[in-house]
Amino acid sequence: MYKPVSDMGLKNDFPIFKKNKKLVYLDSAATSLKPQVVIDKITDYYQNYSANVFRGVYRISEKATYEFEETRKIVAKFINAQDVNEIIFTRNTTEALNLVAYSLGKKIVGKHDEVASTIIEHHSNFVPWQVLCFELGAVFKFIDIDKKGYLLEDLEKFISNKTKILALCHVSNVLGTINPLKQIIKKVKKINPNIIIVVDGAQSFSHIKIDVKDLDCDFFAFSSHKSLGPTGVGVLWGKKEKLEIMKPFLYGGEMIDEVTFEKSSFKRSPYKFEAGTPSIGEVIAFKEAIKYIDYIGVDKIREHEKTLVHRSINLLNNEFKNKITIFGPDNVEDRGGVIAFNFDKYHPHDIAAVLDTMDIAVRAGHHCAMPLHKRLEITATVRASFYLYNNQRDLERLVNGLKKVERILK
Amino acid sequence: MSIYSEVILDHYHHPRNFGKLRKPDLNFKIINPLCGDEIEFFINFDGMVIKEICFYGKGCAISIASSSMFLNIIKGKNKDELKKLDKEFIIKMLGIKIGLNRLKCALLPLGIVEKI
Repeated sequence: MYKPVSDMGLKNDFPIFKKNKKLVYLDSAATSLKPQVVIDKITDYYQNYSANVFRGVYRISEKATYEFEETRKIVAKFINAQDVNEIIFTRNTTEALNLVAYSLGKKIVGKHDEVASTIIEHHSNFVPWQVLCFELGAVFKFIDIDKKGYLLEDLEKFISNKTKILALCHVSNVLGTINPLKQIIKKVKKINPNIIIVVDGAQSFSHIKIDVKDLDCDFFAFSSHKSLGPTGVGVLWGKKEKLEIMKPFLYGGEMIDEVTFEKSSFKRSPYKFEAGTPSIGEVIAFKEAIKYIDYIGVDKIREHEKTLVHRSINLLNNEFKNKITIFGPDNVEDRGGVIAFNFDKYHPHDIAAVLDTMDIAVRAGHHCAMPLHKRLEITATVRASFYLYNNQRDLERLVNGLKKVERILK
Repeated sequence: MSIYSEVILDHYHHPRNFGKLRKPDLNFKIINPLCGDEIEFFINFDGMVIKEICFYGKGCAISIASSSMFLNIIKGKNKDELKKLDKEFIIKMLGIKIGLNRLKCALLPLGIVEKI
């Protein structure tokens, strides 16, 4: 059982609420709001030491390099990576997943081999594999769900000795389903010990405690901007021995050892994957986001989100009865801070537009998960997603907003 | 001002030219990439002129109202006249202030111009 915490009292840390006092932000699954400490750190870099990293031999460049590498260390520690060189900075989760598809997928997947994914994936963990298989003449399979949105358990149907890679999300960005990763990975590796497991952690990082060693996956990808940090920073964690055999993703500056007329040699991980000037200020500020989250406590954030999901499901069902259809697992233990729903005959776009007139921000559409919506036989849903700054009052405002939808569009 | 004006809501609740034609000269679907909504259009020509036109499918209030209003206007017009209609025309026709993200819904019926 969890203790109800309906308000963590953190709105004051997020300056957006100063100007937008009435804002009810329910779209954290798309991107999170930023606390003052993160904004201050970015400003500090741009105002006081905005030099490039790695090759400057002057003090402000060394300061920038130090701050940049500190983030790598803090990220590594936060997800229990065994080696700081297993942390690669990308632009976002999508780029991190594409990096694996290109640098490893193209190397190990052959004609008639198989790659598996799931039907609940965000397009970013679906399309790269689909295209890879198409290009290589491999077979692309995806694991289906049951009525409640859980992945099917008979994995033998989808995974075999031919399956080179399984790419799956930790938490669904639509259904909220939390995949029991550890169990799944154990089961899958029993079927095929050589399979590579690629996890899209965009919706779980900083919402659920992540321990990559314990999970025993091979790759884990996530973004800074969904976790209170700046945009333009993604992270790919990969097992060292896997990273060693991979080719670089992009070629150019920062990633080479030596370039001659005949050939070039490349640095080792992570630098061979980080060509060109990175998002320096953004990477630097990302660690302030992690420190903030760590200070609050991921376990507490998780409890808070469970409370909000539990209460919002109850509130919506009690108020609107059978007019509301909520997708995904009923049990909050199996569900992240995301609720996708449809409301009566109203189109999700119209619902979101009316809610916006009341300063309530929700998302409407297919949430970059068209295969899942096709599977559910719907074209779009409304999605409300929660984070540590949301509270009970936000849920009540959402209910009032839906009442206004009925008044206006009926 | 709300985008759900009286006129928009009227066309949403009572779309004009809504339905299917049995043997259309031209029939195609237009998909709203924002949400995957599909609207199907049916057209019969009399030479160069659009004699009959109707639409069928599901969509949000804006895409339905925009389709309903647009079809009312282009019925009876010839293909050349149709080519002159653009984004600005649709925005003026709707008479609401529409945000960048919803513009795709509003402009859905404009796809007819490309298909003809």
